[in-house]
Amino acid sequence: MDAIQMQLLEAVAGLHEVPAGAYNIRANGKSVERNTTANIDIISKEDGTGIDIRIKPGTRNESVHIPVVLSQSGLTEMVYNDFYIGENADVTIIAGCGIHNGGDAMSRHDGIHRFFIGKNARIKYVEKHYGSGDGKGERIMNPQTIVEIDEGGYMEMDTVQIKGVDSTERLTKASLKAGAKIVVMERLMTHGSQHAVSEFSVDLNGEDAGANIISRSVAKDSSDQLFISEINGNARCSGHTECDAIIMGDARISAVPKISANHPDAALIHEAAIGKIAGEQIVKLMTLGLTEAEAEEQIVNGFLK
Amino acid sequence: MLELKNISFEVEAEKDTKGILKDISLKLDDNKFIAITGPNGGGKSTLAKVIAGIEKPTSGRILLDGEDITDLGITQRAKLGISYAFQQPVRFKGVTVLDLLRLAAGRRISVMGACEYLSEVGLCARDYINREVNASLSGGELKRIEIATIIARGTKLSVFDEPEAGIDLWSFQNLIKVFEKLHEEIHGSIMIISHQERILKIADEIVVIAAGRIAGHGSGAKILPELLNQPEGENCKFYQ
Repeated sequence: MDAIQMQLLEAVAGLHEVPAGAYNIRANGKSVERNTTANIDIISKEDGTGIDIRIKPGTRNESVHIPVVLSQSGLTEMVYNDFYIGENADVTIIAGCGIHNGGDAMSRHDGIHRFFIGKNARIKYVEKHYGSGDGKGERIMNPQTIVEIDEGGYMEMDTVQIKGVDSTERLTKASLKAGAKIVVMERLMTHGSQHAVSEFSVDLNGEDAGANIISRSVAKDSSDQLFISEINGNARCSGHTECDAIIMGDARISAVPKISANHPDAALIHEAAIGKIAGEQIVKLMTLGLTEAEAEEQIVNGFLK
Repeated sequence: MLELKNISFEVEAEKDTKGILKDISLKLDDNKFIAITGPNGGGKSTLAKVIAGIEKPTSGRILLDGEDITDLGITQRAKLGISYAFQQPVRFKGVTVLDLLRLAAGRRISVMGACEYLSEVGLCARDYINREVNASLSGGELKRIEIATIIARGTKLSVFDEPEAGIDLWSFQNLIKVFEKLHEEIHGSIMIISHQERILKIADEIVVIAAGRIAGHGSGAKILPELLNQPEGENCKFYQ
């Protein structure tokens, strides 16, 4: 791997060197490094379109890193990764995609991640997106996350896209059985003329299934964002979706929450708020000696932390 | 030394302009503790905002240590050593108490250092340091954190707008100690807008502002009996 690829790797996965545990590093369309453990196997799909990650039942305190870096301008790829998480496992999965585009052709990574989470298994899934390079070519990422959680399973999904991605269309679909829970924290910032769509669709199918989907976003300059969040309560369950957005410059943001109770004991809440930074917040920080620009930066950083 | 020279502040009303502050002249010497009191709506908070640079006076000049700061903005005045505690502290999503204290101190103070400021205002530091300054904090808690940010700044002039509002009686005595300590340690000037007799009592000077004008100015010994002997309902009523 070259220096640019190592930089991307650090930005999306916090990796300075080879990680501990299982990993698969994909660079410019090819798997370049891989490690498996006694409990976690990584197998290339036969048709070469991606990998299967198989985690044995009962695996605990292990992690899987599967970062993707693209540094070759004009590269377009579509990757299918399937995660099979055995019963009672408790693992952390760190994905992430970094694109450096120094050329004029579009670079694009579309990843479809499917998660099959076994009974009473817990996973934390972290995904960071980052773009760099000053070429005119666009950096595009369209991730899809499809999740099926069996009884009593739990998934925490933490996604971050703060810088450099010109266009993103994200889709997250989840279906949950009895007692299963999903918690999503999405943080998104767009600037320049970037475009982002984030769509969630969660079916709470089993008794006492729960979903909590939280999105915090900041849209600057002339960028635009669309947040769609749908929760269907098909049993006795609880669901909450929240979109909290700061709008700056000439940006545009739409939030479209949709909650449907298809069962009398489904308890569902949606909250959405879009607004500028409150003037008094800026004034308070200015009375502490910050300039207006520094105050804005502090407020945005805190909001997306 | 802070000097206000003929400060007036007007706002646009329905048909004409309304004077909020009318020709206020006032000197606040170094190492003095001055209390501003008077009826609600008399212009006290506006005066504090004019000093902090949040409102710009319609006429008059403001001098800090002889330098004319009338045309300086909020940030520049803060950097010159003016601190201002809001009457209604601001909430921030995502900004923690520690973040705010670090911004106030203007340097990366240690967690321990930040905790000391919180302890001074009577908050059990460990419970608060990593909390967000958001709607989960009560009005009284926010008020104390606000005061802690002013202690962390430690500037030569601190202006507090009704710091006692929302603070329970139990903590009030400690609050008085905070101001006394601030006065002794920083040797700066303190201006407190207050309706509390116990705060007025420890002030070196009391200024009464009513209907936008200075209605009285002198030592606590002189002004306080006058205020307390007013018949009920006239001017302002004090909690004794």
